[in-house]
Amino acid sequence: MSVNVLMPALSPTMEKGNLSKWLKKEGDTIKSGDVLAEIETDKATMEVEAVDEGILAKIVVPAGSNDVPVNQLIAIIAAEGEDVSKVGTGSAPVAAAAAAAAPAAATLAPAAAAPVAAAHAPQTVSGSKVFASPLAKRIAKDGGLDLSRVTGSGPHGRIVERDVRAALAGGVSAPAPKASAAPVAAPAAAPAPAISDDQTRKLFTPGSFDEIPHDGMRKTIARRLTEARQTVPQFYLTMDCEIDALLKLREQINASAPKDKEGKVSWKVSVNDMVIKALALALVRVPDANVTWTETAMLKHHHADVGVAVALPGNGLITPIIRHADTVTLSGIALAMKDFAARAKSRKLKPEEYQGGTTAVSNLGMFGIKDFTAVINPPHSTILAVGAGEQRPVVKNGALAIATVMSVTLSCDHRAVDGALGAELIAAIKVLIENPMSLLV
Amino acid sequence: MSDAVYDVLIIGGGPGGYVSAIRSAQLGFKTALVEREHLGGICLNWGCIPTKALLRSAEIFHFANHAKDYGLTLNGSMSVNVADVVKRSRGVSQQLNGGVAFLMKKNKVDVIWGEAKITKVGEVSVGKSTKPVVEPQNPIPKGVLGDGVYKAKHIIVATGARPRVLPGIEPDKNLIWTYFEAMVPKTMPKSLIVMGSGAIGIEFASFYRTMGADVTVVEVMNQILPVEDAEIAALARKSFEKQGIKILSGAKVLGVKKGVDSVTATIQDEKGATTEITADRLISAVGVVGNIENLGLEALGVKTDRGCVVTDGLGHTNIAGIYAIGDVAGPPMLAHKAEHEGVICIEGIKGLHVHPMDKLKIPGCTYCHPQVASVGLTEAKAKEQGYTTKVGRFSFIGNGKAIALGEPEGMVKTLFDAKTGKLLGAHMIGAEVTELIQGYVVAMTLETTEEDLIHTVFPHPTLSEMMHESVLDAYGRVIHV
Repeated sequence: MSVNVLMPALSPTMEKGNLSKWLKKEGDTIKSGDVLAEIETDKATMEVEAVDEGILAKIVVPAGSNDVPVNQLIAIIAAEGEDVSKVGTGSAPVAAAAAAAAPAAATLAPAAAAPVAAAHAPQTVSGSKVFASPLAKRIAKDGGLDLSRVTGSGPHGRIVERDVRAALAGGVSAPAPKASAAPVAAPAAAPAPAISDDQTRKLFTPGSFDEIPHDGMRKTIARRLTEARQTVPQFYLTMDCEIDALLKLREQINASAPKDKEGKVSWKVSVNDMVIKALALALVRVPDANVTWTETAMLKHHHADVGVAVALPGNGLITPIIRHADTVTLSGIALAMKDFAARAKSRKLKPEEYQGGTTAVSNLGMFGIKDFTAVINPPHSTILAVGAGEQRPVVKNGALAIATVMSVTLSCDHRAVDGALGAELIAAIKVLIENPMSLLV
Repeated sequence: MSDAVYDVLIIGGGPGGYVSAIRSAQLGFKTALVEREHLGGICLNWGCIPTKALLRSAEIFHFANHAKDYGLTLNGSMSVNVADVVKRSRGVSQQLNGGVAFLMKKNKVDVIWGEAKITKVGEVSVGKSTKPVVEPQNPIPKGVLGDGVYKAKHIIVATGARPRVLPGIEPDKNLIWTYFEAMVPKTMPKSLIVMGSGAIGIEFASFYRTMGADVTVVEVMNQILPVEDAEIAALARKSFEKQGIKILSGAKVLGVKKGVDSVTATIQDEKGATTEITADRLISAVGVVGNIENLGLEALGVKTDRGCVVTDGLGHTNIAGIYAIGDVAGPPMLAHKAEHEGVICIEGIKGLHVHPMDKLKIPGCTYCHPQVASVGLTEAKAKEQGYTTKVGRFSFIGNGKAIALGEPEGMVKTLFDAKTGKLLGAHMIGAEVTELIQGYVVAMTLETTEEDLIHTVFPHPTLSEMMHESVLDAYGRVIHV
């Protein structure tokens, strides 16, 4: 009996992926555990392993195919001894087209909080039909609006009048329910820009630019962070932390790191590792800030899972998560970050390694940035932006002195964390950073 | 009595309440419905349904009186047996009342019999009804739960509305009637004053006139059927007056004097002059007010406004865990609005994607003769809102089926936004229009433009073809005129 190989769902919210490479060819013998192909998602490259044994009878979806829907038939493995040439597509399950949950924030948010993102898949790109009511189509046409950029809030994700009216009014995402201030179901759809792509291109001299198509990661960053900016009411708290003590402790810790036979250290703790720990411990001390907002309830987390922003070469970004960071040692954090960074750069992170988390750290200090405000990544309620540690004049006992000062800025989701609570959290972070021995307990 | 906590408890078993209960059960919620008097509420027992039964008897009586026009001879004449007409109407209500009980059982909704009071958020106390029972009542359904304290995560108030009372003209169940008394006349009054020309007033005026009574309608606004498009209301008035219904618009009833078996109303016209009109009975049909009393709403701090509970578009009140839908939550006071509001509320609680109702897509029907039906903006409202409109009209006299039926009276009027072709409103008067209006409502819900309607193939020969012709007329290309 031949076995159908289907496009796997590599994360709960994955809808489609790019089949980039086949590592076996038709006719090859397949053993259980063999890697058949590489699938590229918006975040990482994953391997598809064979579960069954047999001969790879037919490759149905060729290498380099983009936007293959989850559950679509990609190959057929014939059993040993079966006539490979006679293998048809069999009872291939129908490809699950994009009707299910849109690639939204991590699965932590319950249905009530993500009614729109879950119920209405954004219109699929790459040439598929756009569903819009006749009136919406006409209004869009008259207004020069590109319908493929609009997310529908009507039945089955259909674009309806309110969606195009909102888009034409200047990229405002939520078609607000008319007669009320309904809190629950205001759809936070991906906004349509006020001008279309074609109109944007027309603003530049033809030939004066190159066009680089977006990869999955870029599209996801654009969508998620725009959504975050539009739906999350963010405010920012900045504090300056004196890090001379922290730097001294770091030196001592790293000096005592075990060395292997060649004299290479097993681990090296960075300032960022210590900030991660400080944030995690601060959330344990201020547990009311270790929360996630949903429409029906506040989720109060039992652990501090800290996402850490890692920049990728060639303009990309991913946030692997240190789970239960409050319980991990500094060396543990350092080792985890080293592994994450390496695998992030080669796009080999697993979805469960970068989805979720209760907070995040973003550090631009190595670029000399003094301070900045980071964008909150749902489902987090906070993100800590860390600047460079630099020698600055400070006042001590009424006299001018010099200290190494690092500015940290905490972005807070006001729905979940109010001003005073945010202040309490950042104050706790400062206490931990300025009394770094507390990071060791 | 039960220790269990319900997911959803609905107070009121009218169309809003029982439909919400069914949807709630469909979505897997443990559901209870509290009712103190009659499943099906006013709609089924003292409103929508029984009036349609009465009006059907009137319709047949009307046909019988015009049998000769259709080549038919009645040996003698048809007479009205009031008791039997009322009996049929009560029988229809009773049948449907039993139907709702069946639906509750089928959907495993616990029915609690009694009057509910919300003692605190999440808790309801049910006891004896404080409302005097209106006879005839159907027997209490089998298997209902009794008095007690019930807990529920979500409590939906669906207690409906009752007739508004004007001071000095209080209904007395004898000479001054509300729809309750008008529904079950013991004898046919020879003359009647109907105060108020909304749907309820006009339907009773139409019924009693057709059955032979001398009817005078008194309306304080200048237009009868004040919510309808002016042109349609004017055609309705003309037709009613041709039928012998006297209409006093811009007129106010200042007071009434009760006789032994008659009532005299003092009526003031716009100029301030007063007249007196005496009739066997007076029907007060001046609107309804929400049943917000004795529910414990004040103690809980639930916000109300002019007799209705204040809600957002999704049924939430200002108190978490307490919702309100239907007539008690404000206008339009329509059963189908209550049903949809209830479903939206339940689905919102479930976490499904919901939107508030678009009031401009809720149709309104009046089952007088000729019938009136409409949806969307009137021509006046469209102008007020700044639309440039395209208006289409088609009269029944131009429709083959209408002529063949002997129903040449009526009109279909459509309003479009000249800029986008959006169907802004549809207004109809004539035979069967209450059944036809849904075509326009479906079209509006799907966000039609005139193009889609023009391309729709309406069957021939039907009255519905006029819906097509009206749209053609709006765009200067009508055929059958």
